[in-house]
Amino acid sequence: MSLHKSRHLTGRGSHATSSTCRLHASSEVATRIADILHTPRSRFRLVVALGCGALPLQTACRPVEEAPSRYASAQEPPPRVVRAQYPVAPPPFSEDIFPCSECHSPTDKVNRTPHKLEFHEEIVLRHDEKNRWCLDCHDAVNRDQLHLADGRPVKFTESYRLCGQCHGPTLRNWQAGEHGKRTGSWSGDKQYLLCASCHSPHSPRFKPMKPLAPPVRQEHIR
Amino acid sequence: MRSLPVLPMPAPEPPTAARYSRREVVVMGLFALAATAAESGCAVDKRALDAFVQQHFRDLSPEELKQRLAQMEKRYTEEYGKNVRVSATPPIPGVLYGYALDLSRCIGCRKCVYACVDENNQSRDPQTHWITVLEMDKEHGVDLLRANAFYDHETVPAPGKFYMPVQCQQCDNPPCVKVCPVEATWREPDGIVVIDYDWCIGCRCCVTACPYGARHFNWTKPGLPADQVNPNTEYLGNRPRPRGVVEKCTFCIQRVRNGRYPACVEICPVGARKFGNLLDPEGEIRYIIENKRVFILKEELNTQPKFFYYYGL
Amino acid sequence: MSVIRKVGNFVTGTARMAFLGGNAAYYLWLLFLAALIVQGLFAYAHQAERGLISTNMRDSVSWGFYIGNFTFLVGVAAAAVLLVIPAYVYDWKPIKEVVLFGELLAVAAIVMCLGFVLVDMGRPDRFWHLIPGLGRMNLPSSILAWDALVLNAYLVVNLVVASHLVYCAYYRIPYNKKIVVPLVILSIPMAVSIHTVTAFLYNGMTARPYWNSAILAPRFLASAFCSGPALLLILFQILRKVSAFEIKDEAIHKVAELMAYAMGLNLFLFGAELFKEYYSHTHHIVHYDYLLRGLNGQPSPIALYAWMSLAFSVISFLLFLIPKTRRLPLTMNIGCVLIYTSVYIEKGIALIIPGYTPDTLGQIYQYIPSATEVRVAAGVFGIGFLLFTLMVKVSVAILFEGRSHATVAGRDAMLAPAS
Repeated sequence: MSLHKSRHLTGRGSHATSSTCRLHASSEVATRIADILHTPRSRFRLVVALGCGALPLQTACRPVEEAPSRYASAQEPPPRVVRAQYPVAPPPFSEDIFPCSECHSPTDKVNRTPHKLEFHEEIVLRHDEKNRWCLDCHDAVNRDQLHLADGRPVKFTESYRLCGQCHGPTLRNWQAGEHGKRTGSWSGDKQYLLCASCHSPHSPRFKPMKPLAPPVRQEHIR
Repeated sequence: MRSLPVLPMPAPEPPTAARYSRREVVVMGLFALAATAAESGCAVDKRALDAFVQQHFRDLSPEELKQRLAQMEKRYTEEYGKNVRVSATPPIPGVLYGYALDLSRCIGCRKCVYACVDENNQSRDPQTHWITVLEMDKEHGVDLLRANAFYDHETVPAPGKFYMPVQCQQCDNPPCVKVCPVEATWREPDGIVVIDYDWCIGCRCCVTACPYGARHFNWTKPGLPADQVNPNTEYLGNRPRPRGVVEKCTFCIQRVRNGRYPACVEICPVGARKFGNLLDPEGEIRYIIENKRVFILKEELNTQPKFFYYYGL
Repeated sequence: MSVIRKVGNFVTGTARMAFLGGNAAYYLWLLFLAALIVQGLFAYAHQAERGLISTNMRDSVSWGFYIGNFTFLVGVAAAAVLLVIPAYVYDWKPIKEVVLFGELLAVAAIVMCLGFVLVDMGRPDRFWHLIPGLGRMNLPSSILAWDALVLNAYLVVNLVVASHLVYCAYYRIPYNKKIVVPLVILSIPMAVSIHTVTAFLYNGMTARPYWNSAILAPRFLASAFCSGPALLLILFQILRKVSAFEIKDEAIHKVAELMAYAMGLNLFLFGAELFKEYYSHTHHIVHYDYLLRGLNGQPSPIALYAWMSLAFSVISFLLFLIPKTRRLPLTMNIGCVLIYTSVYIEKGIALIIPGYTPDTLGQIYQYIPSATEVRVAAGVFGIGFLLFTLMVKVSVAILFEGRSHATVAGRDAMLAPAS
C-alpha cells in the first residue's frame, strides 16, 4: 500500500530519460526498501524471503563433504595390502631343465641379438614374439633367474613381478585373489599359483580343450 | 554391503521323558495304515518305524541328532561298503558365503559339473547334475531363451560362444523356501539354503518356484555306485539321498563349513570361480563386488542371490 | 436307540440302498468304475515301486497330468457349491436337493483332488507332515500349505452338511437348520477361497511368467463356474428321468444362461491375457507361442488341444447364450460336454505345460503324460465317480423313492425313531 503511495508521491514517470531513470530508479529502490522496513507485514515477508534464500546459500558456502562413492575405488585402486612376497606353488619347470646353470655358465659368450636358437627348439615363442625374445625375460648371465626391464634380478619363484611389468592390472587382480586360482582355505591360509603355473610363459594363451560329456537329455532318462 | 545379523541357531526342544512322544504315537498309528504302501516294504520293523516318525532336523535335540547320525552312518556303511561318516556341522558365526563367476574366463569344459557329482554323491543313473553350463552367443549376450545346455563340441570354447554355469544361487529371499509347505528347506544363518531330505515330501513346489532351475528331484532311487561314494558326508548336504526328495547345490556345505573351498572352485582349470565370505572386507569376493562389473541373474525377481557373475577381462 | 447304533444302522442301511435295487445300466456303470479303479491300483503299485520316474515328469516339467487334473477338479468342487446362490436367488423348488447334490459333487471332487495330490507326491508316506499339529506347516507363506488346509476344511464342511441332511432324511427327522444353514452359507466363500488359493499357488511363482499374472485367480473362478455346473445339469436331467426328482426346465435354462455369462467372462479374461502377451511382445510370449503354435519350427504337441479348447469354449458360449439353443436339450447337452472338455483342457494341459516350456534356463522338454500317469489318473477318477454315484443313489433312494430306515430292514421298522 505504502509503495503505491510513494510512487504517486514521487510522481516518477515512465517517459523519463535512461540516465535520469537510473538515478531515479536507485532512489526509488531505496525509498521502497525504507517503506518495507517501516511496515511490519512487509518486514516480516522480507525476513522470510531472506531466510528462504539464505538456506541454499548456506549449503553452498559450507565446505563440501562428498558422500563416499561406491565407485570411487574403481578409479583409484583400493589401499590393499600388497605383500612383499606371496606364498606360491613351486614353478612348473619341465623335467630336468632346472637348474639351468648346469649347462649355462655365467662366463659364456652370449649373442644378445634376437636369433633362432639351436637348442630349446621345442619352445615356440608366441608371446609378443614380434617385439620380444628370450633374453628380455631370462637373464643372459645367470640363467637360474629372470630379470626385470631395468636389469634387476627376479627369482623364478617371484616371476609374477616380471609378468606384472606388462600386465599390471592382471598383477593387481592376482594379488587380490581375483585373477587365477588360490588353493587352500577360503577363511585361512591360501597358496597362490604362479602365472606360469597356468599360462606357459612362452605360449600363454589357453589351448581349447575337449569338454566333458553333455547332460543326458531328460527324454532319455527312464 | 549392509551387514547382516547373524542369527543364533534355534534352541532344540528338550527330549521328552517318554520313549516316544504323544505326537509320535499318533503318527505311528498313521504309519500302521501307511505301512501297506510299498516304500517301507510292509515290514513294520523298528528302523522303518523310526524313519517314519523321524522329526524335522530343527526339532531334534542334540542327543537325538547324534543318534540319528549314528544310525545313518551305519546304514550307509552297510549299503556302500565304505566307512561313511555323516556329520551335522553348525554354521560358522559371522560368515555369509558369496560366489563369483568370471564369464570372460569360463570355457565350458564342464569339469565343475563332474567334480560336483563326485564330491556330492549325486545319482549317476538316472543322471543328476547340480550345475548346468549354458552356452550362449557373444552376439546376443545373456539371453536364456537362446541358451544351449547340451552343447558337445570337439573343443571348447567354441568360436563366438561364451559359457555360463548356473547352480543354486543361495538367495537371501529364496522363493523355494517361501513355497515349501512343510519347511523342509530353509536358509541357514551363513546363507546356504539347505534341505532336510528326511522331511521333504516330494511335492516339487520348490522345483517349480526356483527361477534358476537349481533344484532337482530324485524321480527314482538314486543310482550311486558303491565305489564312487564320497564317504565324508553332511546331513544337510552330500549324504546319499533317498528317492522322492529334492536336492541341490549347497556350496559344498561339508567343505566350506570346515574352511575348504567348494569342489567346483578347486577344479576350475581357468580360475573362473571365486568363493569367500562376503562379510570379510579383505577377501577376494568383496574385491570383486566392489571393483568389477557384477550382475546377478533375473535381478528383477528380487531373489537376492549370492552368486555374482562378472566380466573380469 | 443309542447314537452308535443309529449311526451303524445308517451305514448299513445306506450301503444296502447303494448296492441293491439298481437296474442293469447302473450295475454296468459300477462295474466299469470298479475296473477303472482296479487297473489304477495296479498302475499305482508300479509307480510306487519304481518311483515317479514311471511318469513322464522330469526336472524341467515337474508338475504334469496329476496336478492338472487336481486344478480342474478344485474348480469343479468350488462350482458345485456355487449353484446354491442361483438356487436361492431364483427360489427353486428343489433347493434343498440342489444344495445336497452340489455338496455331494464337491465331496467327490475334493476326494479326487486329494487323491491326485497323494499320487503326485514323491514321498506319500510322509503325508502326515502336512497335518497341522503333527507335521510342520509353513504358514503363512506357503500357498500349498494353505491349499491343504482349506481343501480339507472344505471337505469337512461339505461332508458334515451332506451327511447330516441324508442322515436326517434317512430317519425322517427334520434337519437342524442351525447346523446346516450357517455351514452352507460358509461353504460359499470357502468355495471361492479354495479356487483362489489354488490359483495363487500358480500365481505366486515368479519363476514362471506364464502363470505370474494377476488375472489368473479371476480366470480360474470364471472357468470353474462355467464348467462345474455342467456335470450337475446332466445329473439333474438323468435324475428327472429315473426318479421322482423334479426340477423345472426354467431352472436348468437359468443355470445354462449363467454358465454362458461365466464363459463370456472367461473368454474376455483370456482375450485380455492374449492382448497383454501379443501386444507387449516381451520374451515371455514364448510360452504362448508354445501353447498355440510351437517353438523353433517344431509344432507343439499341445497346440491342437489348445485350439480345440478355444473352439469348444466359443461354441458352447454361443450355444448357451442363444436362447433357442439353450432351451433345446440336445444342443444344451452338447454345450455341457463341450464346455466341460474345453475347461478340462484349459485347466489341465493348457495351464501346466506351457508354464514349464521352455524352462527357467531356456531348455525345452516336451511333456506328454505317460501310460502310467493316464492309468493312475483314470483310477482316481474312477474312485471319485464311484463315490459320487453311490452317494447320489443313496440320496435319490431316500429323498425320492421313499426309502428310509423304516423300509430298509424289517426289524428296524419296528423300532420307533428317536429324534
